[in-house]
Amino acid sequence: MPQKAAERAVPLLSVRGVSTHYGRIQALREVDLEIAEGELVALVGANGAGKTTLLRTISGILAPSAGDIVFDGHSILRAQPDRRVEMGIAQVPEGRQMFGPMSVEDNLVLGAFTRTKTEAEADLAVVLDKFPQLRDKQREPAGTLSGGQQQMLAIGRALMARPRLLLLDEPSMGLAPNLADETFATIRSLKAAGTTVFLVEQNASAALALADRGYVLETGRIVLADTGRALLENEKVQAAYLGL
Amino acid sequence: MFAEFLQFLFTGITVGATYALVAMGFSIIYNASHVINFAQGEFVMLGGMGTVYLLAAGLPLPVAIIIAVAMTVVVGMLLEKLAIEPARNASVVTLIIITIGASIFLRGVAQVVMDKEFHAMPAFTGEDPIVIGGAAILPQSLWVIGGGVMMVLALWFFFERMKMGKAMLATAYNPLAARLVGINTKMVLLLSFGLAAFLGSVGGILIAPMSATYYEVGIMLGLKGFCAAILGGLGRGWGAVAGGLIVGIAESMGAGYISSEYKDAIAFILILLVLFFMPSGLFGTRGTERV
Repeated sequence: MPQKAAERAVPLLSVRGVSTHYGRIQALREVDLEIAEGELVALVGANGAGKTTLLRTISGILAPSAGDIVFDGHSILRAQPDRRVEMGIAQVPEGRQMFGPMSVEDNLVLGAFTRTKTEAEADLAVVLDKFPQLRDKQREPAGTLSGGQQQMLAIGRALMARPRLLLLDEPSMGLAPNLADETFATIRSLKAAGTTVFLVEQNASAALALADRGYVLETGRIVLADTGRALLENEKVQAAYLGL
Repeated sequence: MFAEFLQFLFTGITVGATYALVAMGFSIIYNASHVINFAQGEFVMLGGMGTVYLLAAGLPLPVAIIIAVAMTVVVGMLLEKLAIEPARNASVVTLIIITIGASIFLRGVAQVVMDKEFHAMPAFTGEDPIVIGGAAILPQSLWVIGGGVMMVLALWFFFERMKMGKAMLATAYNPLAARLVGINTKMVLLLSFGLAAFLGSVGGILIAPMSATYYEVGIMLGLKGFCAAILGGLGRGWGAVAGGLIVGIAESMGAGYISSEYKDAIAFILILLVLFFMPSGLFGTRGTERV
């Protein structure tokens, strides 16, 4: 189908043959993946497969030892993390990573650090409308919020950067099932609003059910790539990640 | 009796204000990098010695002060750029040792470029003491205290109200998250050295007319400031202020009522007591955050 190939010709993000090392330990082995504008792509894999390493490499916290990362047609390997946020790559890190003693509002406003004050103020209202629970706690230290609220704050903080690509690292981790569902509902609404999302999850069934496409990462290598639905029905995926 | 007490108190607050400025410098750099910068005292020395030197070269006092402070800030930032940043992957202990090396280097340069003599800087506004309740206060004391208060207020405004100040705090609380929201944490570290050098040099200049200055003056002032920072809970702004005042007042009371021989020992006894009984300092928290 040539037309479909043309649509996919210029992905928003493409990771090409990326390897990342921690000292002498290799955590990623020649990872290739692509994310098109508007897509929700899931990455599933076991603990220690290298999922967080991949996200940190995309955000520029870790430098790859080989390969290239192309965002919007340009290699971003030489860009520092702050430049990558400015370009539109925002990450919701694993474990939420609040600025604990600072207020909810300060946390959100810092999310817009690379943008102007007026833009930050306008988007603060938008994000607080999206997460009314945060509005009630606006002046309270982020560290005193419940786990679910902190997850919302972490997502809200990343949205304050007006990302073109939102990276989510294990957003359901450590949340009670109903709060995890709420988080996935939020992600669904982000996708509906047109945000490009790269979702990394251990909860494979929920992530693949949401995703347009998915990748499976095993010991640093991409072993499967397909649509979300096809991966859900894949026997190997079912056996290894869905507990079926 | 009371006049005597008041006298010791004023002296303590004056010296304590200087310690507080040094302690805030320690805390700011600690927050940005977990490094304890043992060249902090040299910033104090460079401020005082630089001003004396520029005065001798014929510059008017305000100009000499501005240039000396600016020069010290540049030295502080160069220290970060040339000695700390190239070693940023080294352990914190290594970085601390680098700052000790830098402090020896700065003292060496100061004694070569300037000299090894003691210098008295003229007081900013006269030497006639003001008598309050039987205690005599030098006008310079008021400059030190007033200058200290101004610095604290300016810092409070910077950290509470300004974007860059909040970015520095955010980096202290969570460096990873700070980088992920787009804060250039290298810039934060550079700025923290500049800010610490600024505070140290201002402290050094304010106190110089009362206690003479020479190339090694930073050793003791730096250590006392370090005690103050630990006492108040390393990394805590208000703790640094309180710590500085406590060390200054305790020292002055000890010197007055016990013996001036023990003056320098008092700060170190205080710090030992605090480390034994309250390891995170008087105002340090024990971490009540959710993870």
